[in-house]
Amino acid sequence: MSGPLTPSQTVGPFFGVGLPFEKGEQIVAPGSAGAIRIEGQVLDGNGQPVPDALLEIWQPGTGFGRARTDSEGAFNFMTTKPGPTPAPDGRPQAPHFNVTIFARGLLRHLLTRMYFPDETDANARDPVLNLVEPARRDTLIAKNCGGVLHFDVRLQGERETVFFAI
Amino acid sequence: MSEDEREPPYLYPDYVGTRLRAPAKPLVNLPEGFHDFPAPLFPRTIAELDHDLTRRHAGEPIGERIIVTGRVLDSDGRPLRKTIVEVWQANAAGRYLDQDDQHPAPLDPNFTGAGRCLTDDDGEYRFITIKPGAYPWKNHRNAWRPAHIHFSLLGGEFRSRLVTQMYFPGDPLMPRDPIMQSIPDQAGRERLVSRFDPQTTVPEWALAYRWDIVLRGRAATPFEHEP
Repeated sequence: MSGPLTPSQTVGPFFGVGLPFEKGEQIVAPGSAGAIRIEGQVLDGNGQPVPDALLEIWQPGTGFGRARTDSEGAFNFMTTKPGPTPAPDGRPQAPHFNVTIFARGLLRHLLTRMYFPDETDANARDPVLNLVEPARRDTLIAKNCGGVLHFDVRLQGERETVFFAI
Repeated sequence: MSEDEREPPYLYPDYVGTRLRAPAKPLVNLPEGFHDFPAPLFPRTIAELDHDLTRRHAGEPIGERIIVTGRVLDSDGRPLRKTIVEVWQANAAGRYLDQDDQHPAPLDPNFTGAGRCLTDDDGEYRFITIKPGAYPWKNHRNAWRPAHIHFSLLGGEFRSRLVTQMYFPGDPLMPRDPIMQSIPDQAGRERLVSRFDPQTTVPEWALAYRWDIVLRGRAATPFEHEP
């Protein structure tokens, strides 16, 4: 069905007064059991940092996080690793976060997923990763850098992150 | 037109900011249902007076006090209760409380420009604020944004997430604004324009504008549960 949906518009550059909130990036407190830190950078088609982006992570059962990028395009979240969730057809999906990206210059938000680097077998069987051309799958898998998970979002160009239709 | 064809494209070159930020590769379509899941608990507190942007400081902000209200609905016209509505806007002079806003217009010590509320049992939200001013931006020579209020909506579903902007009726800047004109059809653009609401206008106090918002629902038809 297609009712008259309200169209999207960009979040613009000045959402800082309205959307970020204190500890929005902390789904769990630092130091709590199972806490993991995710760090990344949002980059444009020239590889330049995007200092006016807002990211949200959504995971049923885990929680909701919201973080904006700083002047270097950098963001971070503190959360716990989600468990496997079933796909609509009942098959298991590898642990992942749903990530939404808003920014000046994005007339609609973008959707992507962050998977975990220590889930090689589950990732290989994941029904969504298997829909992505093999050469681009690694854009969706975080990298373990000394216990911190690193996940960059490249909006455009070489090694562009895979985004999903809404 | 499909739902997607009614939305602005990611790349809209007249809006210069899209040129290096729009994905160049096609988005990957997932089979129906992968984005059908409920929103997790929203951790931000929403207090009683958060809907009133005119009462956040010692004094009242300068500008034209207005009421902005409307209903949040699904595409079948059903009210979406307890939807989180967050708004932010420029002050009456067209200036945001943001260190990156360089427009040489005054800040207002009595106006922050942010509010939030939950929709009620009829899906209705209500804000009290001041009418935001138009302001210049550097997209092209002599570029001005029409007066607008930014809205962020978190419904019960992942797919219903929406960030958009509400405009005011009769604003002559709308036809010249590439952000608004990025919406492909006139009917879609008109869905972002509030209407003056004389019934809700409070005599001797504030004009009212009404704007309804329709959010996406689940892609898949929900199963009817067995009794």
